[in-house]
Formats: sequence, structure tokens, C-alpha cells
Amino acid sequence: MDIGAIFENTMRGFIGEQFIFFALAAIGLNIHFGFTGLLNFGQAVFMAAGAYGLSMMVVTWGLNFWVGVFVGLVIFPFILAVILGAPTLRLRADYLAIVTIAAAEIFRIMVRSPTFDRWTGSSDGLGGFATDFYDLSPFDPSERYFFDLFIGNQMWVVLIGWIVLAMAAFACWLLIRSPWGRVVKAIREDEDAARSLGKNAYWYKMQALYIGGVFGAMGGMLRAIGTQSAQPDNFITDVTFFVWVALILGGAGKVLGPVIGAAVLYAILNFSDIVLRQGVESNNIPDSIMSGTQVGQVRFMLVGLGLVLLATFRPQGILGNKEEMALDDR
Amino acid sequence: MSVVQIGRSVVDPCHDQPSARRTYLIKLAMVALGVVTAVFAMVAPAAAHLPAQTDSESIPELRGTMRTVDEGGESIFVEGINLTITDASGAELGQAVTDADGEWVFELPEGGTYEVFLDEATLPDGVPLRNPDRNPLTVDVGNGASRTVLFPLGDAAVSTDTTIEIVQLTVDGIKLGLVIGMSAIGLSLIYGTTGLTNFAHGEMVTFGAMVAFLFNVTGVFGWTTSLIVAAILSFIVCGVAGGLFNAGVWRPLRRRGASLIAALVASLGFSILFRYMMLYQFGGRAKLYKDYQIQEKVDFGWFSIVPKDIFIIVFSVAVLIGIAIALQRTRAGKAMRAVSDNRDLAESSGIDVELVIKWVWVSGSALAGLGGVLFGLTESIGWEMGFRILLLMFAAVTLGGLGSAYGALLGSLIVGIFIQVSTIVIPTDMKNVGALLMLMLILLIRPDGLLGRSERIG
Amino acid sequence: MTADLPANDAVNDPEAARAAMRDVAQEPGVAKPDPILVADGVARRFGGLTAVDVEHVEVQRGIITALIGPNGAGKTTLFNLLTNFDTPDAGTRTFDGNVIDKVPAHKIANHGMVRTFQLTKALSKMSVLDNMMLGATNQRGEKMWRSMVPFSWKQQEAEIELEAEALLDRFNMLHMRDEFAGTLSGGQRKLLEMARALMVKPKMVMLDEPMAGVNPALTQSLLQHVVGLRDEGMTVLFVEHDMDMVQEISDWVIVMAEGAIIAEGPPGAIGSNQAVVDAYLGSHHGEPLDLDADI
Ligand SMILES: Nc1ncnc2c1ncn2[C@@H]1O[C@H](COP(=O)(O)OP(=O)(O)OP(=O)(O)O)[C@@H](O)[C@H]1O
Ligand SMILES: [Mg+2]
Repeated sequence: MDIGAIFENTMRGFIGEQFIFFALAAIGLNIHFGFTGLLNFGQAVFMAAGAYGLSMMVVTWGLNFWVGVFVGLVIFPFILAVILGAPTLRLRADYLAIVTIAAAEIFRIMVRSPTFDRWTGSSDGLGGFATDFYDLSPFDPSERYFFDLFIGNQMWVVLIGWIVLAMAAFACWLLIRSPWGRVVKAIREDEDAARSLGKNAYWYKMQALYIGGVFGAMGGMLRAIGTQSAQPDNFITDVTFFVWVALILGGAGKVLGPVIGAAVLYAILNFSDIVLRQGVESNNIPDSIMSGTQVGQVRFMLVGLGLVLLATFRPQGILGNKEEMALDDR
Repeated sequence: MSVVQIGRSVVDPCHDQPSARRTYLIKLAMVALGVVTAVFAMVAPAAAHLPAQTDSESIPELRGTMRTVDEGGESIFVEGINLTITDASGAELGQAVTDADGEWVFELPEGGTYEVFLDEATLPDGVPLRNPDRNPLTVDVGNGASRTVLFPLGDAAVSTDTTIEIVQLTVDGIKLGLVIGMSAIGLSLIYGTTGLTNFAHGEMVTFGAMVAFLFNVTGVFGWTTSLIVAAILSFIVCGVAGGLFNAGVWRPLRRRGASLIAALVASLGFSILFRYMMLYQFGGRAKLYKDYQIQEKVDFGWFSIVPKDIFIIVFSVAVLIGIAIALQRTRAGKAMRAVSDNRDLAESSGIDVELVIKWVWVSGSALAGLGGVLFGLTESIGWEMGFRILLLMFAAVTLGGLGSAYGALLGSLIVGIFIQVSTIVIPTDMKNVGALLMLMLILLIRPDGLLGRSERIG
Repeated sequence: MTADLPANDAVNDPEAARAAMRDVAQEPGVAKPDPILVADGVARRFGGLTAVDVEHVEVQRGIITALIGPNGAGKTTLFNLLTNFDTPDAGTRTFDGNVIDKVPAHKIANHGMVRTFQLTKALSKMSVLDNMMLGATNQRGEKMWRSMVPFSWKQQEAEIELEAEALLDRFNMLHMRDEFAGTLSGGQRKLLEMARALMVKPKMVMLDEPMAGVNPALTQSLLQHVVGLRDEGMTVLFVEHDMDMVQEISDWVIVMAEGAIIAEGPPGAIGSNQAVVDAYLGSHHGEPLDLDADI
């Protein structure tokens, strides 16, 4: 067993790119669910909106990188929020859950379909849209940085990612401590009470869906930049559940909950991943029990199990306290 | 036929005994099971049992059968059709000619990519190729594999007449809708009685299909069964699994007063957990049952259909009628509807709500498993199939109104037909998109569904 | 203290408003001299059940009107219809001279009519103070983009906080300002909900069973608050089952049964109304209703 590699991998989960992408998406989901009570199970689609917003503008239509960033962060999430929110936000909470999952499926089918290959690159996705980003990098692509954890380009993504993440967490903090945050929290608890006091619950929910979606899109866009490709498989429905586990693990309804949750989640996933992989490679785990491809499936099982255990035994997560717990409403 | 009698003898009415409620609930399950077995026993023989393909030959080969259908629907095998086989480089390897049974075989030197060209001049008069632009055909052959090359003749099935096409698609849609409906009843009743939006319900569908696969193909302790027996076993296993799921997870959660949202999130967790456990166990490749794979279409003029699909339709209708009767007539069925309608009222009028919930879980899961088997039979068995169907179920249940069993059925039929008929305008690989978009539209226009009702305020 | 209270632009002299009611006929659906709320032909059916079918009803401005009726009479449903929390199958509603049929529920509050709920809706995971401050209207910081620029709303926030504290003080709840509303007793929640409604500075408050579940010691202070509101010019419509309270504070009583308005009149006279007696006790009873008993 290679302890060094295990430690390195776990650390990379703790502070690396995956953590950043998912922490951003989880901050968005926190605004949706943790503060406003919206059951959004399509956060992966908002992430995809960021990724495809950027890549389609640049690759498909040949526009400038920064135009792509704008479209991916502002326009696409807006369209998506309207499409998802308009039919559901007046209705009981679980309708949004159903519609957002359905939207994730619609996205998967459409993006993979050869019919739209011209625009989306179907199942291969799009690539080569991030050169403008890496051109700005001060790091040498062939060097390793930060205790040798990241190579140059990775380091650049991680650095920018951390800055974006810090700003996102700060913006979230501002939002939540403001009167706006007070209204959405009231809506989470009792929409009718908020409406009786003159708050347009529908409109606030739409705003929350949008702004949370923007954070999701940031995560997705960074992911596309980091992997230098926008691929349907990176944004399937199951990706949403990683975001959910990160959020509930850290504590829904706490500003730093999603950040801590994502860090812990990815540390755990990366740890189990590399331990199992080493086990399989060294044949300490016989092939009849687990093969190389099955290692990848274990992380999904862990995520599922994590959701179950958290929802039933510790719905308030690491940071939360029972009194303010979002998961307990209604 | 003896099975039918077993089913009947249990239905004999005996009212107001001490444990009457329990017996009635057991009866409800037995009635359902009786219907299942009876219909299997009656209808199954009608479905022609054709031999499954074998792939034990060591020499790779191309083969095929050329046939056309006459006015009376009889198959006519065409002799003397000439086929030319070329390899990837374009070099001609040789020719094959169909025999009196319309069959042709061509042995290949090795696996690879080949092209098969059908000489249309050798076709009999009045028998054209159905897809002339798909000639020559390019096929991949694995080493040691036998590959069937299909050149459909005549224009019987694919019609340019849109009314006929719509009829055909509607029939397909009814089949799909019935399968969705069978699976969705449990989803709707579980929601109605417990308030849980159970996202793990789709996995019960997959589980049902896979349990049947286990009995039918993989084998348990070395023996395999016919698909019919496998389906019955799967029905039972899923019912038991649903009952255990309720007893082990959902009942304790209800006891602890867990919020519905927490329960919903937990159900999603189970969904992903079970899904990947099944992927882990069964692998990612789609699978087929051993029985009823290759069947000839029966032509009804306006539409044609393979016997197994006739069976599926007849069988589903029978099961659903059985369910409707059970819901309408038996005490257990009435209790289920009562609890689903108004839980508190039902409770205060002396219905043991927990018992009803238990049977909703058992019967709903059993039906979901059965739906999975049928779906696996019409298409294929895969680890994600249930999750895909789950979304269609949601569309159906939302359309019909959450919590209503009949609504679920009606919604399923509409969704099924809509999905199939929409392929006239939507590319087939995106047909589900139409249904899901319809789901959103319904919520905009009629949020309580067709048979649902609105909530109380204040 | 009065300065903190919602100043009412349409302040009439409450004495005069009550005096005007003396000449009003005691019959269901009667016209009032200065109605603030009018409902006309409002009906709501749930399946086969007609929950509300009100031909005509008016609520006089500046007085306390009690809405009474047996359980299931349709009082809460009527509240929902008047505040657009529910849509009637038919009918027109007018508030303060404006037809409000198409006005969404939240805008009704902004028009100056606030309702409370029979099942209290204190926001239990928010502090008492946050509950109160939520009620204030036209908050700059409630705009999404603006909320991220604190200095643009901090000043207003401070003002609202003072207002909220003053109101809390008036309802003797100031000492609990930082507690979660979820820790309050049932009666305290009712108080909080009423105080929160006043943060909207409404012209009219509609209270659905404000005293239900409130302990007798608190009831008196609640009653005084309601009377105080009227004396400041606010219109109050409240649903109540406790006849003592109806007698004590209301200026006018409207009686509902089976969805319809069956009687109206001053509290002293309503108990001897035959229709009311029939509605409460079944039509075979002859003797006048004992309004001292709780119903
Ligand atoms: N959403 C709904 N769906 C079906 N029936 C309803 C609904 N809301 C109210 N009802 C019915 O309408 C009738 C009137 O109910 P409502 O709550 O208005 O009575 P109420 O006068 O407020 O009674 P209480 O004094 O008990 O509060 C009742 O029979 C009730 O069951
Ligand atoms: Mg009421």
C-alpha cells in the first residue's frame, strides 16, 4: 500500500478542483434548498448550463471566451430557471423535485442525441474552448506546485477556483443576512405566512432558483474549464446527488455548510477510491469481488448511502443545529 | 388451468371473522397473484416459442432469412435471392443464395467489418426491398460469432400512410402505457397513503426485471425456469422486498416523525444506492430474456404486432382489471383507497393505517417488479431502466393526479401513447423528452392532475 | 406609543363609525354606511360541498366586526376568498373602493389588508425579531441585487428594528426578541402573529380565531390590543368561537352557517336571533341562545 499516494489523493479531494466545482454547486443548492426550501434535483443541469454556455459560445459559434463566460453564468441559468420554475414554483415542493429530475433527463437525452451534434458535439461533447483561460496562467504547465499536489494548469484552475469560491461564499453570506435572505427563509418555513405579509413568494423563489443556479453554473463552468471539455456524462442526474450529499453533510442552511461538506465528501471519496484501487491492483481484493470498473461504481454507492444515512440520522449535517434545520421543514 | 382454481378457491367470501382484515388483505394479494398466474397460463401458449439464437459456432458467419408476407398474413420464404459479400477493403469474398426456406449462410474467414449487397434483380416481381437505400448493408462480426443480416422485404410494416402509422404507434403506446401504469400504481398509492414521493420506486422495477433474469437466464443453484415462472417468482420476491423495505426503513422513519422532505431525500439516496448496487452486480450491458426473443409480427391490417406484445397487452389489462376489482370490491382495496383519500378520517373510522400501508408497499412493489419484467420483455433489461421509467411514471402520475390509483392508470396510458405517437415528429432517440415536457406543461395548466384535488389552506 | 402605530390615512373617529352603525338594519347582507370591504355573490365549492355561498356582505370601516358560526360554517374559507388565498368559483370582492378579484394574495397585504391564520404560522426557525421585521413593507434590502450592498439598506433596517421593538414592547414580548419563535407558547405565537401583521401597517386586519388556545390570563391583554387597534382607526374582522369575547369587544356581529350569512346585528341582539339559534342548536329549539356559554 502506498500511503503517500493515499494521503496525496485525499488532500487533493480536500482542497482540489473537484472540491471547488462541487462546493460552488452546493452553495447554489444551499440557496435553493437550505435557505428557500426549493427541492432542486437538477443542479447538474445548472452546472451544465455553465459548461455548455461557455463551450457552445466559443466552439459552436466562435465567440469570444468572455462572451461565453457571460452567457454561461447569466443567460443560460436564467432561461433554465424560468423553464423549471414557471410551472412548479406555485405548487407543492415535490413538484419541483420531479420537474428538475425530469429536466436533467431531458438534458441528457438532448445533449447526447446525434440530432443536435452540430451544436453540442453529442456524447463526445465539446473541447478546446479554454485556451484563453490557460493563456493567462502564470504557472508553468510542466511544473508541480503546492506541495507537488497540482501541475501548472491544474494549479491555475485551483487558484482561480478558490478565489471564485471565496467570493461566492461571501456573496451568499451577504444575501442570507439581508432582508432578502429573511424573506426566503420565511418562504422556506411557511409560504402562506410570507404571502400574507405582502411578499411575492413566487417571485422570490424564482430569484432564488436563478441565483442558486448561477452558482451552480460557476461550478459547472469551472469543471468544464478544468477538464477542458464539456461532456454530457459530467452532468448526468447522479452528479446532482453528489452536490446534495455535500450540502447536507456540511449542513444545509449554513453559509459554510456546503464548502465544508464538499471538502469532506471529496476527501472521503478520493480516499476510498484510491484505497480500493490499490487493493484491486495489488490483488489484495480478488477480482471476483471487485474489478477496476467496479471501483468507480463504489463512489456512487457511497453517495447514495451517505444521503440515506444523513437524511435519517443527521439531517443537520456537520455544522447545523437541530433548531434551524432545513431538512425538517414541512 | 388448475392455477385458476387455486385463485378462485381463495376468493370464496367469508365475512367478519376475528382476523378478517388480515385475511382480506392476504386475499387481495392472492387475487392479484391468481390473476397473474391465470393469465400467464391462458395467454402464454399463444405466444410462439421460437428457439433462441446460439452463438457457439467457432467459424464467424453471416446469415439471414428472406421472407415476405402474403395477403392472408402467411409468411412466404423467398428462394434464389443473390447476395454478394465484400470485406472492408472492397474485395469480393463470394456470393450466397437463399434456399427453399429463404435462408442463406456465408462463412467468413475472420471477424471484422463486411458489406452485404443484395442483388435486387433476383427478387421476385412485386416484392421490393423495404429500405432500398439500406443496400448494401455494413455489418460488424465478432470472431466466432454468427451475425444475422436483415433485409426486410415488402412495405408491409412501414407505411407512408400516416393514419396507419398513428394506429400502429397508438398500439405501441398502449402497450408502453400499460407497463408504465402497472409500475406506477404503487408509486401513486405509496404517495397517497404515506405522503412519500418515493424516488426509489424505479429501482424496484429494475429489481423485478433482474430477478426474473436471474431465474430465467443466469440460473439459481444451477437450474433455470421459463420466463413465466421467473416472472411469478419475481413478483413474489419484489412484494416481499417491498414489505421489508417498508418494515425496515419507512415504518421506523414514520414512527420517528421524520419530515417528508427528509424521507424524500432518503428515498433518493436509496435510488442511487440500489441502482449502482445492481450495476455492480449485473454489469452495464443490456440483457435479454431467454424466451420469446425472436417473433414474427402478426398483421392486423392497420397495425402489426408480435405475439409477445399481444400477450403483454392482454396480460396487463387483465392484471389492471384485477387490481381495479380488488380496489373496488375487497375490504383491503377499499381501505387502501380510504387511507389514500383521507388518512386521518380513515384512521378515526377504525382502519389500521399501518397495515394498509404495509400492503400498499407489498402490492405496489410486486406490481412494479412485474412491470419491470414486462418492460424487460418488450425492450431490454438494464441497470438504469427503472430510473428512466420512474420519470415517465412521474409524468403519468402527475397527469393523473398524485395519490389516485385510477389517475395513475389514465395518466400512464396518455403518456405511453403520447410518447409513441410523438415519434412522428420527434426523433425516436428523444421520444421521452416529449413526455417530460408534457409533464411540465400539465403542471402549468392543471397542477392537480386530471383526477387530483387541491390542498387546504389556512 | 401611538406614534409607532400604523398611522391610518383614512382615520375616522371610531366613535362616529360605531355610532353610524346604530341605524343599520339587523338583517343579513345589510349595507353599511362606510364599508371598507364588500363581497358580492362569492361562492366556493369543494367537489359537491358548497363551503361558501355569500350573497352580499359588507364590513364597516373603523369598527370591530366579529364573524361567528358553527364549525365548518365556512368562516376560514371566506377569509381565504377575501384575501385571495383561494379563488372563488364566482363573485366580486372590493376592498377600500378597489375591486381585488384579480389581485394576488401578497398584493392584498400591500393594499392594506392583512390576515392571520387559524393554525398559527409563526416562523419557528426564525427569531421573534426576524418574524416582526419580516412584516415591514417596502424594504430596500428585499431586492435581490441590492441586498448584497448592505449600506444601501442598513439605515432602513435600523428603523424597522426600532419599530418592531416598539410593537413587541406593546405586546409585552420584547424580552423574547432573540428567541426562536418555535420556542414560544401557543398563545405567544398568536400574539406574535398579530403583532407581525401590524408591521405591515394595514388599514384592516383579519384575525382567524386569535384567542384559540390562548390562556385566559393572556386573553385579556390580547383583547385590549384588539380594542386598541380599533381606537387607532383600524378596521378589525375576527373569527371567534368564544361568545364572551365577542360580546366584550365587537361592535357588530356577522353570523355564518353552512356557507351563507344568516344574520347580522350588534352583539347584544344577535343571541336572540332565531336564525342564529337554529344554526347553532338545530331548528327544533325554541329558547334564546345562552351566549355566556362557550360554543
Ligand atoms: N381545501 C378544501 N377541500 C375540501 N373541503 C374543504 C377545503 N377547505 C374547507 N373545506 C370544507 O369547507 C367547509 C368549511 O370549512 P371552513 O374551514 O371554512 O370552516 P370554519 O367555519 O372555518 O370552521 P372552524 O370553525 O372549524 O374553523 C368544511 O366543511 C370543510 O371541510
Ligand atoms: Mg376556521
